[in-house]
Amino acid sequence: MTQKLISRFFEPPYAITLEHYSYEAAKKAFVQMRPQAIEAEVKKSNLRGLGGAGFNCAMKWSFVPRNTGKPIYLVVNADEGEPGTFKDKYILTYAPHLLIEGIMIAAFAVGIHKAYVYIRGEYEQPFLNLKCAVEEAYQNGFLGKNILGTQFDLDVVIHRGAGAYICGEETGLLESLEGKKGYPRLKPPFPAIVGLFGCPTVINNVETLSYLPFIIQNGGEWFAALGTEKNGGMRLFSVSGHVERPGVYELPLGIPLRKIIFEYAGGVCGGRKLKAVVPGGLSAAILTADEIDVKMDFDSLRAAGTMGGSGGIIVLDETTCMVEALQVTMRFYAHESCGQCSPCREGTGWIYRILNRIVSHHGRLEDIKNLTDIGMFLGGTTICALADGAQMTFLSYLKKFRREFEAFIQNKEMACQH
Amino acid sequence: MNNTLALTPTLREKLNQICANYPVQRAALLPALHLIQETYGFITLEAEREVAEYFSIPLADVREVMTFYTLFHSKPAGACHIQICRTLSCDLRGAQKLISHLQEKLGIQSGETSADQKFSLSVVECLGACEIAPMAKVGKEFIGPLTIEKLDEMVESCSQ
Repeated sequence: MTQKLISRFFEPPYAITLEHYSYEAAKKAFVQMRPQAIEAEVKKSNLRGLGGAGFNCAMKWSFVPRNTGKPIYLVVNADEGEPGTFKDKYILTYAPHLLIEGIMIAAFAVGIHKAYVYIRGEYEQPFLNLKCAVEEAYQNGFLGKNILGTQFDLDVVIHRGAGAYICGEETGLLESLEGKKGYPRLKPPFPAIVGLFGCPTVINNVETLSYLPFIIQNGGEWFAALGTEKNGGMRLFSVSGHVERPGVYELPLGIPLRKIIFEYAGGVCGGRKLKAVVPGGLSAAILTADEIDVKMDFDSLRAAGTMGGSGGIIVLDETTCMVEALQVTMRFYAHESCGQCSPCREGTGWIYRILNRIVSHHGRLEDIKNLTDIGMFLGGTTICALADGAQMTFLSYLKKFRREFEAFIQNKEMACQH
Repeated sequence: MNNTLALTPTLREKLNQICANYPVQRAALLPALHLIQETYGFITLEAEREVAEYFSIPLADVREVMTFYTLFHSKPAGACHIQICRTLSCDLRGAQKLISHLQEKLGIQSGETSADQKFSLSVVECLGACEIAPMAKVGKEFIGPLTIEKLDEMVESCSQ
């Protein structure tokens, strides 16, 4: 068993109240360290954004101009919505104080006095736990004015979303936080320069921030050494689908996918054979059973033609009908496309309708070519990455399981095994 | 809410406090709608008008936000609101059978409320609880892994 960092708080006594959490890392950061020193440690740690994009955290902070005369905001992306991903919910529910400490450290490093936590609307218990923890942190001088006697002020506001996948996209999130529908923004300008309320803004995921206390306590080099060369530390993998033990597993970056499925998640349900795996949230290209020796860091997964994404691993066993699995997958994008860009709005719906036709045994052989054509124009033509994600997973099914699609269409009597 | 203001002085006071969290008032629009829905269970067109007036924005802006997000309702929901997930992790674990069973048992489709106002059903996309797939959200709680028996029990206990 590897060591546990964040996930040690997922079991009793948790980090829900201050009775079980003491903010040692924040005390160290605020009292013994200068902001530049904190940034330097984070840089050494090779911490990457764990919400999905995997962008280097220290580099993201470095893009923020410090002397514009405008306030800098920290926006915490707690709008966890990538299907197959549920790890931030565990942090918000069981370790809200750890997250608050991470927020404090990031704010102190970058010179931020106001943080907004945008939490997914459906997460009601996690919201209540975080709300209580924030109130407790205020009462005990970890938030508010003159924190730990350093004259540093920080306010944290929790802002609830209202049910829209697109608001997990960082600029859609900013629009939503400003009281509008969550239409993603054209970039540039990037949020680091022009973000929330037109001000420089750091947007970090819940899990990313929650690793900061460990980096402060043990050093950036220690954290970096836990992972691969360019992708430091550990991450929380959410494992679901056809596995014996679905759940959150905190493991070093670079661990083989095979090991996560068979050693940690207990293998495929009922001893059945593995057919395919979605390795990084629904939008990641699917892997076949032969491809699971891939290492689960951002760079290795990219080299394998897929992505680390949100760390959501969905396991599909041999009984799965890939045509139906793709239909369910594309229904999600058709439902969640915000409608701003035509290729995505029309493309995702069009694909879903054709897949419906195929699943209801009215498919035509030319459908596969048509689907491929529509899929090709989905990517790179839209404001945000929703369509790119839809394209990535969509084309991977068609490419890797093409024969199954052809067989399904040709042999209209043949239903997939159930 | 007939003929009385949705934004009572108490709610107005709460809303003023919420607005103080933001440098731009409009940012408190989602919190305002949440506040009204938590108080009354749903948001009437009249309430939307009051909200528009409070923020000094066109009613169309409020409508646009109301209809963009899935969690805001303009009609009352049943006493027990079941949101059942249909996305991949739940689907692989048999969500479709459960959804069909629930539709048949309650006699309603997704988006509908039973005639006795006891149940509302929403078939939804991923709720972020795939570790307990197949799952549903009932009231504020995530429940799963579901079976037909467990669903029946839940419906029974909500019926009483």
